[in-house]
Amino acid sequence: MSQVSLERPVRRPLRTGGLSTRLAPYGFVLPFVVLFLVFLIGPILMAVWRSLFRTRVSSGLGFTGTPETVFVGIENYLKAFGDAAFVAGFGRVLLFGLVQVPVMLIFALGLALLFDSAAVRLKRSFQIMVFLPYAVPGVIAALLWGFLYQPGVSPVVGALHSLGIQVNFLSEGTVLWSLANISIWCYTGINMIILYAALQSVPKEITEAARIDGAGELRVAWSIKLPMIFSALLLTTLSSVIGTLQLFSEPNVIRTITSNITGSYTPNMAIYTTSTAAQDPHLGAAMAVILGAVTLLLSLVVLRVSKPRSGVNQ
Amino acid sequence: MSTESQALPETDPVAGRAAPVRPRRRQSTSHGERPALLVRILATALLILAAGYFLLPVYWMLVASTKSSSELFSTPGFAFADLQLGHNLAELSSYDGGIYWRWVGNTIVYSVIGSLLTVAVCAACGYALAIFRFRGRALLLAAVLGSLLVPNTVLAQPTYLLVVQLGLNNTYWGVLLPSMVFPFGVLLCTIFAQSSIPPELLEAARLDGAGELRIFWMIGLRLMSTGVVTVLLFAFLGSWNNYMLPLLVLTDQKLMPLTVGLTGWNSSAITIPGLQILVVVGSLVSVLPVMLVFIALQRFWRSGLTTGAVRL
Repeated sequence: MSQVSLERPVRRPLRTGGLSTRLAPYGFVLPFVVLFLVFLIGPILMAVWRSLFRTRVSSGLGFTGTPETVFVGIENYLKAFGDAAFVAGFGRVLLFGLVQVPVMLIFALGLALLFDSAAVRLKRSFQIMVFLPYAVPGVIAALLWGFLYQPGVSPVVGALHSLGIQVNFLSEGTVLWSLANISIWCYTGINMIILYAALQSVPKEITEAARIDGAGELRVAWSIKLPMIFSALLLTTLSSVIGTLQLFSEPNVIRTITSNITGSYTPNMAIYTTSTAAQDPHLGAAMAVILGAVTLLLSLVVLRVSKPRSGVNQ
Repeated sequence: MSTESQALPETDPVAGRAAPVRPRRRQSTSHGERPALLVRILATALLILAAGYFLLPVYWMLVASTKSSSELFSTPGFAFADLQLGHNLAELSSYDGGIYWRWVGNTIVYSVIGSLLTVAVCAACGYALAIFRFRGRALLLAAVLGSLLVPNTVLAQPTYLLVVQLGLNNTYWGVLLPSMVFPFGVLLCTIFAQSSIPPELLEAARLDGAGELRIFWMIGLRLMSTGVVTVLLFAFLGSWNNYMLPLLVLTDQKLMPLTVGLTGWNSSAITIPGLQILVVVGSLVSVLPVMLVFIALQRFWRSGLTTGAVRL
């Protein structure tokens, strides 16, 4: 595109709608389109295709152990749905999400409302502190919290212990919530920033008018600010729900310090374990397709549930 | 940002005109004034608690990295002991032939170079979507919007299968190329280009004889620079956080990014006790620069990140 457009201009400056201008957009979008087709559409097609096959080691006469790929239809899907651990993983991340997403968003919203009110000084410094964990990759956050959960290293466990509180962050019942804490630590900041920005765009005249009419600060927050930032709340909810289903890094790291996290603790971990340790990429692909479909379905549900209200507010 | 809300009391017609000499007496929070002292103290206390929570692991990391391996277990976690940071850093640099710095280099390739390439691809595409009307534009926009619902991690395993098929496993490209597909970045660039580039300006440049690429480079990119920086930030954070794909695609230690390398050390630490302290020091050395950049660039993420998110 560039070559074409760069030769001409001096000679025919008036042809603004010329060939080069007409071809230019295709040149600009080409790199993205190619990458999009190869590395986004490609993997999806690949996963669907591969999920329909199975590698069978034929134990025929003479030649033993020649792997052979055979078409098996939906067998891998049936196998995945029949895999109790894989299905339990979905239940686990849903439970995780039902608790972690509301807790985190209420936390983020509370902070955003505080920052938006006139009640605090040093807003910027506090905001940076809340946002700082976002600079830490989830994996490294999990490494750090892992140390803080381990008895023997952790000053937190030690301090609670000396207060007479026996706590085990890594037991079968608590480890899921210890993981939730890591996610809350990592992602409250970004959600707070998004909600805070939305709050800042609420016209001051409206909140002023409500106050003049005698509405209290809480009432203003509940009846005016919240409805007006509905789309931002929706955005943060949606991305948090999607994030929950994808849970992988944190449990995969914490796994090294506790036996209460299995190789198929979350759907994504099951996919990873199946594709690597169990060496069954075909079953892994089927699981990935299932996880993708569930994620898509859940996002559409979230969008649908909130549609009537968002229509009013737009 | 903060000045707006602080200007609030003066504009309040209820009591604002009367000299607010003793605001505590009459005004509670319910009147939109600067809230009562008690409320302010309470709010600040809450924020200090929250800040404590968010800073706790970071502070622990700072303290722990200065300790020796045995002190990590034997001394109080939040108090400094013998300052051993220099020794730990030397250990970190020499362990396994200095593989740590190799991982730092790899992370720079994946995150810094990767995000620059990603931004170039997104900016060109978003610019074209915003400026030109061409056949297939609607379809491309629909594809970009639709793919926002496909999260990266779901694609990790399928991408891995594809990368193996293409023979790109255990190469830099095997991690770089997939992470360059960033539909959200295209969308942000489209939005920013649409709102910040006046078509008349481009028309004038064309009349003056500038080529399309030159117009994009000299005018388009400059006018949409806030969006470009935002996408750069998002793309950087995306690849800086990337874990599952490189874990699948790379088996060669020499190609791993920090996240994969450090977690590898962490799992070996069960059998090699000395590694634990290196995991902590390694985390500190990798995270600290990014945190400092975050603080230094706050002007950008405050405006860019938020306008990006809100405009959606």
